[in-house]
Amino acid sequence: MSERAPEPVTAAANPPLQPLASNLLPSDVIRVSATSDVPAPERELTPVAKLIDVSKCIGCKACQSACIEWNDTHPDLEENVGVYENPHDLTPDMFTLMRFTEYENPVTNEFEWLIRKDGCMHCADPGCLKACPAPGAIVQYSNGIVDFISDNCIGCGYCVAGCPFNIPRISKTAHVSKKCTLCSDRVAVGQGPACAKACPTKAISFGTKEDMVTLANERVEDLKSRGYDHAGLYDPQGVGGTHVMYVLHHADQPSLYSGLPDDPRISPVVRGWKGPAKTVGLAVAGLAAAGAVLHGIFARPNEVTAHEEGEAEELVTHRNHAPQGDREA
Amino acid sequence: MTNAWTDIKNTDLVIVMGGNAAEAHPCGFKWVTEAKHHRGARLIVVDPRFNRTASVADVYAPIRPGSDIAFLMGAIRYCIENDKVQWDYVKNYTNATYLVNPEFGWADGLFNGYDEEKRDYDRTAWEYQLNEDGTVKTDPTLTDPRCVWNLLKEHVAAYTPEFVENICGTPRDRYLKICEMIGATSARDKVMTSLYALGWTQHSKGAQNIRGMAMLQLILGNVGLPGGGVNALRGHSNIQGLTDIGLLSNSLPGYMNLATEKETDYATYMSTRGNKPLVPGQTSYWQNTPKFMVSFLKAMWGSAATKENDWGFDWLPKLDVPYYDILRMFDMMSRGEVNLYFCQGFNPLLSFPNRAKVTEGLSKLKLLVTIDPLQTETAHFWENHGIYNEVDSAKIMTEVLQLPATCFAEDEGATVNSGRWLQWHWPGATPPGDAKHDTWILANIFLRVRELYRKEGGVCPDPILNLAWDYKDPYEPEPAELAQEMNGRALQTLYDPTDPTKVLVEAGKLLPNFGVMRDDGSTMAGCWIYAGSWTEDGNMMARRDNSDPGEIGTYLNWTFAWPANRRILYNRASCDLEGKPWDPARKLIEWNGERWAGFDVPDIAVTAKPETVMPFIMTPEGTARLFARKLMRDGPFPIHMEPFESPVENPFNAKLRGNPVARIFPHDLEQLGTSGDFPFVATSYRLTEHFHFWTKHSRVNAVLQPEFFVEISEELAAERGITKGGRVRVWSARGEVWAKAVVTKRIRPLICNGKPVHVVGIPLHWGFMGAARKGFGPNSLTPFVGDANIDTPEFKAFLVNIEPAAEEGASA
Amino acid sequence: MNIDLSRRSFLRLAGAGAAATTLGAMGFGAAEAATAAHVRAFKLTSTTETRNVCTYCSVACGILMYSRGDLAAGEKAELIHIEGDADHPTNRGTLCPKGAALKDFVKSETRATKPRHRAPGADTWQDISWEDAFDKIARAIKDDRDKNFIEKNAAGVTVNRWTTMGFLAASGGTNETGWLTYKTVRSLGVLGFDNQARV
Repeated sequence: MSERAPEPVTAAANPPLQPLASNLLPSDVIRVSATSDVPAPERELTPVAKLIDVSKCIGCKACQSACIEWNDTHPDLEENVGVYENPHDLTPDMFTLMRFTEYENPVTNEFEWLIRKDGCMHCADPGCLKACPAPGAIVQYSNGIVDFISDNCIGCGYCVAGCPFNIPRISKTAHVSKKCTLCSDRVAVGQGPACAKACPTKAISFGTKEDMVTLANERVEDLKSRGYDHAGLYDPQGVGGTHVMYVLHHADQPSLYSGLPDDPRISPVVRGWKGPAKTVGLAVAGLAAAGAVLHGIFARPNEVTAHEEGEAEELVTHRNHAPQGDREA
Repeated sequence: MTNAWTDIKNTDLVIVMGGNAAEAHPCGFKWVTEAKHHRGARLIVVDPRFNRTASVADVYAPIRPGSDIAFLMGAIRYCIENDKVQWDYVKNYTNATYLVNPEFGWADGLFNGYDEEKRDYDRTAWEYQLNEDGTVKTDPTLTDPRCVWNLLKEHVAAYTPEFVENICGTPRDRYLKICEMIGATSARDKVMTSLYALGWTQHSKGAQNIRGMAMLQLILGNVGLPGGGVNALRGHSNIQGLTDIGLLSNSLPGYMNLATEKETDYATYMSTRGNKPLVPGQTSYWQNTPKFMVSFLKAMWGSAATKENDWGFDWLPKLDVPYYDILRMFDMMSRGEVNLYFCQGFNPLLSFPNRAKVTEGLSKLKLLVTIDPLQTETAHFWENHGIYNEVDSAKIMTEVLQLPATCFAEDEGATVNSGRWLQWHWPGATPPGDAKHDTWILANIFLRVRELYRKEGGVCPDPILNLAWDYKDPYEPEPAELAQEMNGRALQTLYDPTDPTKVLVEAGKLLPNFGVMRDDGSTMAGCWIYAGSWTEDGNMMARRDNSDPGEIGTYLNWTFAWPANRRILYNRASCDLEGKPWDPARKLIEWNGERWAGFDVPDIAVTAKPETVMPFIMTPEGTARLFARKLMRDGPFPIHMEPFESPVENPFNAKLRGNPVARIFPHDLEQLGTSGDFPFVATSYRLTEHFHFWTKHSRVNAVLQPEFFVEISEELAAERGITKGGRVRVWSARGEVWAKAVVTKRIRPLICNGKPVHVVGIPLHWGFMGAARKGFGPNSLTPFVGDANIDTPEFKAFLVNIEPAAEEGASA
Repeated sequence: MNIDLSRRSFLRLAGAGAAATTLGAMGFGAAEAATAAHVRAFKLTSTTETRNVCTYCSVACGILMYSRGDLAAGEKAELIHIEGDADHPTNRGTLCPKGAALKDFVKSETRATKPRHRAPGADTWQDISWEDAFDKIARAIKDDRDKNFIEKNAAGVTVNRWTTMGFLAASGGTNETGWLTYKTVRSLGVLGFDNQARV
């Protein structure tokens, strides 16, 4: 057995030349969708984070390019619709997207072009995972990565509803939900995410969450020296903090940046949803088997159906209702 | 670049004007964000558009395309008026104190000596006053009205803030704020760097734009210093290398010039290249030209180049016009005067101005050969692609050969970056299909031609038959062999001229540097400035030690930089007259009492005593020129000139159109438009998602920016009824294109002389081949006119009209 | 941390001239990948790493190319991935949106892969062998040069120029290609010689 890979501390490193064993193991999982009895992990990985400093971002889309290449995705060739966003939105083949906002600052009368890299925030309290009805389709590691396990995904789209940031996208062909993995395959061998390594201006940094907070504070100080009195770190506590954070020049108004939520929280729907009832009938099955069964059942409709939407609405009214029960029937 | 990408971290102020560094050179631009983060550096962006560089700038100012000289002369005026001058630097390291001929002068937007018919100046008077011994007269007190400094003061007096605002459309408060920031770097411990690219070169007065900044940087004392300089960001990965090696119509390797037909023999050619110092004691390094020239000729023709035959001087073609640049060649082509044309990794159908004329020219060739990794539009120019290439194939009689070449991933060799680093690379992929190395293709063509001349005889066969070609495999010369040929070898044992018993280089050995080159035929070197790149110690271009002992970003053991592995040009100027760094916190080199030493290779003889030998060792003056003498065709000082197509009259002389000495062919003059028919100013540029016309062949980049568009202001959109994402037609006096419209707050109407000027932004990257959507670029519209000194096309400022267009198909 | 370009420890020396390294058993083997279950297998396993320089702009970022098969060992090599070289002083591992997608340029569907010929007036290509293509070119050069070469101008001065032929040189190619091109083109007496410096 080869030496175990170190935990990643930076994205500015080359793939190791020596053979290394993975350092992101099934036993490092601390939460699993639709599963209540996750064994306590034997060790705790150092929490990692990606810090996106919008004040250094030039909107070059290197992150998108590196993401497509590393993950071998094939986004569609679209049209120009009068904006710089391409693809026009996150897709099952585009896990991250530069979003551009033209903003006339009413205080300074200056024009600002606010550019934000959108993508999974890897919440400490992940709404997607909580909403997910498929056992093992979404996992959270002790270093903070929230990963989708496609083999277990049923493509129901509940994770989309559960995400306060509107990130996951359902593939119409593969019938699974897709999003940024924080390059869990790279992190497993001590590397940082592909986007963070590529980012030309170091607007995206990657390291331990502690280091990233320190770096953010340094950046905030610099921005204040340039007249951005409200510069600050975006690490929203409504979702328990995130493992993808932003440095914003206008931290008092996150929504200026293409609608970044000012105070993201998991919707009450999902919180109501989460509970023992959700996995009724599934708890006895092994995770993989359950995934297979679910995939078989739900591969037909790969988006949330009107019926399911209705269920979700019912949930909004806080009725004690278990969507899985209907499905099992 | 005078400096290097990694040096930008040392700066206090970055000005990006005439370029868009963040967008075109993102990974180099990281050193700007680095300087901002760790030095607290500020960033100024001056551009017609609020571009991606502007998105992270501290101050942005708009400017009308083609008005940069007014802005820069205004900034110089501001510095002089407000005493923002690094006086010790200006007095000692520039020609500020030199006296100029009394006949030199200017009036009505023209310098003395203008001949309207010839479109040229008689430049005789644009020179210094000389003493009887041929040295320059100076006035160290700067009181003589004929000294360069006082002439410059007089020259820039017209460029008041009001004038700048009216011509450039830059709001005055913003302009003055920028002047103030720039002026602050005249302090000894403050440095500004200038980053520019094609935004300055692609004008009919491009060279003067750059001179404007060079002069400003000299006045501030920012040239030669870490974090300073005048930095051309450059384009293609090896455009620096190909320029170094002289692949230009009038060039020889290492920045020597091809002879004109007036230089009838080697002696005549050399007679004007003596470069005797104009100031006693100066280096005037070009005095060594004969050594470099003979070494080059020996590299070309080996033992056939002898003293008796002038080293083969006659075998080089002689020029009858200043250049056979691309505009001249395509003009000749359109008149049927060119029969054969080779495009190696080059796509002129899309790259050159006035595409209709380019198509016409290509259609009149007998044979077009493309050597390219990609299937280019040029190779397919005869193929009908609907509105995207509306041609009648049957009427085009040009024979075309498309030869598949390898790309970087499949070949080995060096490319030279903007900072003059020669970096070696290795192949890691098998070429696709039957694609071959360019070297193999060229060797096969050459050897066949040589064989035909051997067998059949023919006209002037000697330069072909005698060309040095002693490669191990003549059909595939190895990169190492070619690199060593450029570096040079001793053909005989070289002895120390001061001690004939001491061997410097043994016969047959690679040269350690260009200092040992000889003009007697005992050395050969293809490109003198590359000497030292592959020595007896090995391939210096393959070195990978990334240590940086001075922590000043020089990386002396990483690959090799020309000349002599020097990382910052003119670095002697980073020290004061006594040899101490202007800013001790930013030490690069210094005089240690015996020699120059530090973290860079000194750009001066290492034992040259301070206070005697001045830093600009390539000029016969030893100083840098605020006054360019007669070396520029359009004036010793930059003067504001309008683009050939402009909605604004020349403020000095309403009769002048464009650069009064720029060459324009008669038919192209007829194809210029006026603001009556074409009211809007267009400017062309690159987008960060694409590289030139290459990445539209990459599906990833096609996804990131899939379709041709133009950018206009909300005001112009409202005026013309254009909607965001709608289809528009844009036309000039030369052609028309259809595009999607990006309507944006990032472009605003500029107020010039009280009237609004609308700008239409036209990105470059689309065509009819590749993975992206079929589209156009700006060059169906651009004018066929170039810069007065080097004939770079005026791509950055021309006139167009725009209107909403029907959907696809209605256009044809 | 990758936050600090100036101060971070940055000294991973690699031997000069070392072009390629095989990542034999790096990352997961197949069996290990199965155990890991949750995480995608590291795709650079069993690839060869080659150092190169980005071909696009003149920032000249260091890149690492990963291929299946080792060219240096005489094998066929298929490129599967490219990323930035973190040891390179300029780019420190970063790449722009063009550089990050270099693999798709190399593997573009519109690469030229065989010599092709278009006859006068034709609307299609025909395949042609390299031999025939070279013969055609050499003949055209010889005939046109012999016909249009100017040995002396009107004043009787030797000028040895040939202006009915032109050559645009590749500014993305290597110095070595550039030098061989220079020698070849200039020895023919060509003046209409240019590169991408202006456009």
